[in-house]
Amino acid sequence: MTVFLVLTVLFLFAITIWQMKKIFNLSRLKPQDNSQIATENDNNNQGKLMLGFLVFFYIFLIVGFWNWTSVLLPESGSEHGKDIDQLMLISMILIFTVLIITHFLLLYFAFKYRGIKNRKAIFFADNDQLEFVWTIIPVIVLSGLIIYGLFTWTDIMNIHEDDDPIIVELYAKQFIWEARYSGQDNTLGQANVRFIEGVNTMGVDVSDAYAADDVPARELHLPVGRKVLFKMRSQDVLHSAYMPHFRAQMNVVPGMITQFALTPDITTADARQSDEIIKKVANINKLREEKSKGLVAKGFEALDPYEFDYLLLCNKICGASHYNMQMKIIVETQEEFDAWIAEQKTLSQTLNP
Amino acid sequence: MSTEANVHAVDHHDDHGHHHHKQTFIDKYIFSTDHKMISKQYLITGLFMGIIGIAMSLLFRMQLAWPDTHFTIYEIFLGKWGADGVMDPNVYLALVTIHGTIMVFFVLTAGLSGTFSNLLIPLQIGARDMASGFLNMISYWMFFLSSIIMLLSLFVEAGPANAGWTIYPPLSALPQAIPGSGAGMTLWLTSMAIFIASSLLGSLNYIVTVINLRTKGMSMTRLPLTIWAFFLTAIIGVVSFPVLLSAALMLIMDRSFGTSFFLSDIYIAGEVLHNQGGSPVLFEHLFWFLGHPEVYIVILPALGITSEIIATNSRKPIFGYRAMIASILAIAFLSTIVWAHHMFVSGMNPFLGSVFTFTTLLIAIPSAVKAFNYITTLWKGNLQFNPAMLFSIGLVSTFISGGLTGIILGDSALDINVHDTYFVVAHFHLVMGISALYGFFAGIYHWFPKMFGKMMNKNLGYIHFWVTVIGAYGIFFPMHFIGMAGLPRRYYTNTAFPYFDDLANINVVITIFAIITAAAQLVFLYNFISSIFYGKRPTKNPWRSNTLEWTTEIKHIHGNWDGDIPHVYRWSYDYSKLNKDETDYVLAGQDFIPQNIPIQENEEEMNH
Repeated sequence: MTVFLVLTVLFLFAITIWQMKKIFNLSRLKPQDNSQIATENDNNNQGKLMLGFLVFFYIFLIVGFWNWTSVLLPESGSEHGKDIDQLMLISMILIFTVLIITHFLLLYFAFKYRGIKNRKAIFFADNDQLEFVWTIIPVIVLSGLIIYGLFTWTDIMNIHEDDDPIIVELYAKQFIWEARYSGQDNTLGQANVRFIEGVNTMGVDVSDAYAADDVPARELHLPVGRKVLFKMRSQDVLHSAYMPHFRAQMNVVPGMITQFALTPDITTADARQSDEIIKKVANINKLREEKSKGLVAKGFEALDPYEFDYLLLCNKICGASHYNMQMKIIVETQEEFDAWIAEQKTLSQTLNP
Repeated sequence: MSTEANVHAVDHHDDHGHHHHKQTFIDKYIFSTDHKMISKQYLITGLFMGIIGIAMSLLFRMQLAWPDTHFTIYEIFLGKWGADGVMDPNVYLALVTIHGTIMVFFVLTAGLSGTFSNLLIPLQIGARDMASGFLNMISYWMFFLSSIIMLLSLFVEAGPANAGWTIYPPLSALPQAIPGSGAGMTLWLTSMAIFIASSLLGSLNYIVTVINLRTKGMSMTRLPLTIWAFFLTAIIGVVSFPVLLSAALMLIMDRSFGTSFFLSDIYIAGEVLHNQGGSPVLFEHLFWFLGHPEVYIVILPALGITSEIIATNSRKPIFGYRAMIASILAIAFLSTIVWAHHMFVSGMNPFLGSVFTFTTLLIAIPSAVKAFNYITTLWKGNLQFNPAMLFSIGLVSTFISGGLTGIILGDSALDINVHDTYFVVAHFHLVMGISALYGFFAGIYHWFPKMFGKMMNKNLGYIHFWVTVIGAYGIFFPMHFIGMAGLPRRYYTNTAFPYFDDLANINVVITIFAIITAAAQLVFLYNFISSIFYGKRPTKNPWRSNTLEWTTEIKHIHGNWDGDIPHVYRWSYDYSKLNKDETDYVLAGQDFIPQNIPIQENEEEMNH
């Protein structure tokens, strides 16, 4: 594959040089056309190329969508994510409408008014009506988008106490995520990096009464349909808790606690059954098998087949292994979650075995 | 500005215009105070830095496309960090960081604005030189010094700065966190501090020159849009660059003198740091208070250059001259109150997110006006497709396609899920990176005859344009998809996540386009260098343009005009203007009226 690609690049480069040479020769043959200022002939050719570029542009858009729509994120696994996707869809439709129209105008005009046959330009310096039209249209459209966007944003970011969310701490350090469930009392014990010692890796203040029943974890389990409020802390540098499938992201900042709330509404098991994910996973596994063949041939181990899971990634540059700072998220039914959390050791059990 | 004051300025300068003293090599080529020479110095330095910046991008693009392949080329260029042809993760981050720094500051700020502000401001407003030639010279040499320091930082033992070009602390403050935050970051900060000083000296000079040294008759509403763009760019620079300097100084204090502006509650390498009470979010505010206006510092000069080139090559006045000025004014103003849209998920109060969404989306309005005005300028024109014109049209295209995705990123709710993904990378590369580069290229092709007294080869220009324009979309259009697939930027490799395995092929496509596009820049470089020596001699006004720079002699003289400074009687966009009877152009047989031609009898006067 690589050899092929390198050859392709070399080939295309060779074509470039060949074309350059050809054009050199051509320009040498016509000494009268040597001013290096565009002639009528140039205007004609370049104008047509502009039209060609318009066609290329549209085809490229279509091919892009045809080939790559399948890699986009699947349906949102959280409630607020559906609103974001809806707003995204509206914005995308708007963007592509404008993109297609403006590029048609730009490139078609470039073709149509190319300077040939003693064309004369008109002296058209300004027109208040036109200016007004294309000021007011963006104003109206953007007002709509702004208002819609702000409502969505406020809904997502405002956290109401009466939703009774379960409170979970996300704790970031180079290059590991940890989690701390707030336990029976649904209140996290105080913490500070100055308390970090031995197994107390998150620096929880053990003298705080709320801390005893906190449950530290290395895997994030969430009950479906229940609002969860993430409280985030970092012990060293900036990190960002990014959960693309939930359309959720918040930076994790040393020295302060940031927060983000969401309600997962599709369990991992259900998500794995959805057509979108089945197709995507099948495609990924096909690619992995192909890659494994190459690896095995070279004497390496084959890659494991992939199974879908929700992910928590770090999305703020945090050091050398930033690219591999991840945690698995499992969304499950309330019963499964209760069973799982009952198995976990509380902080007091971990610290005083 | 009163007319009387102008007359004084002109007379005063006329006295200096005539005596030519013998110049030594050093006076003429190195410590020159002539704005034309300084602009060439900026151009050459900027292009040199650009070559390095683009070469770096190729290296990390190769790593992204073929993470498992060993490339000897890494070993050649990266030495110990590319041992065995495997790229070190830290040097990957360093390449990304220095690529960003070099392209944004050294190429697109100093290279673009430095070159063309210096060249065009005195020539187009009818001045003998900048207000202070000496400060101008100092400004260039500080830029040169900062470039040297930035390049030297590549050779530090622990590696250059690699905390991202945004150098967010604590990562950039703590060498324990990442090796580049040691001596590499110290040099980065030193280099940037000098760069900022250079930029301020330059900007102050531009502002003073535009305000004070316009020739007789050159009212603000007769200025070419290039000058308006450079003028406002300089103002934005003066307003925002000092804030970056203060952020850099505070970071230096945190790093070296134990203060806690940006650091608090940190446990690293097995110990708790003493720092308490600082906030990284404060740094983000300070950084983006420059960082966002910075993108307009990059793009406005390109838009100014394009306005001039599109009008000249359409043989039409720029459509909506006053609306264009109003939009740059609006953009310049709004650019200073939108910075926190880079910080929607930084942990700042969500209410601020609402405010900044509002101001950010407002910027789309003047931007849309500009785009429509460009398109209308083409309408019913007589388009002359010189390479500069092609790049200007290319700029309008990428300015639209890159700008539109800003609607998504500027919307706080939508930003949550695409923040810091490749969607952002695609967006800003198109709207400010590629667009500004196109403006840069357009400017070089257009004003090359003025700078070097030679013409560039147009056919090589055509090849350069078409390969670049297709290649650039080939790079950045697919990038939107991998961003919307949730792929974070600044990942050394994506193989740690099997979930992203289906993006590997797209990454290969992007890298191949990047290599082809970079190869096309070699065509440009060849054209540029060979044209300096072997290019065809131009006529005095090769593009049949109205602005004053084309009334000067081809040979450069200190003071620009051999005789008196020309007076100005009209705006710079009288292209294809017909006489009162509409029988012919105002000047018979000539479709343009340079600014120094008085109003003719058979001509209707406009309110410029």
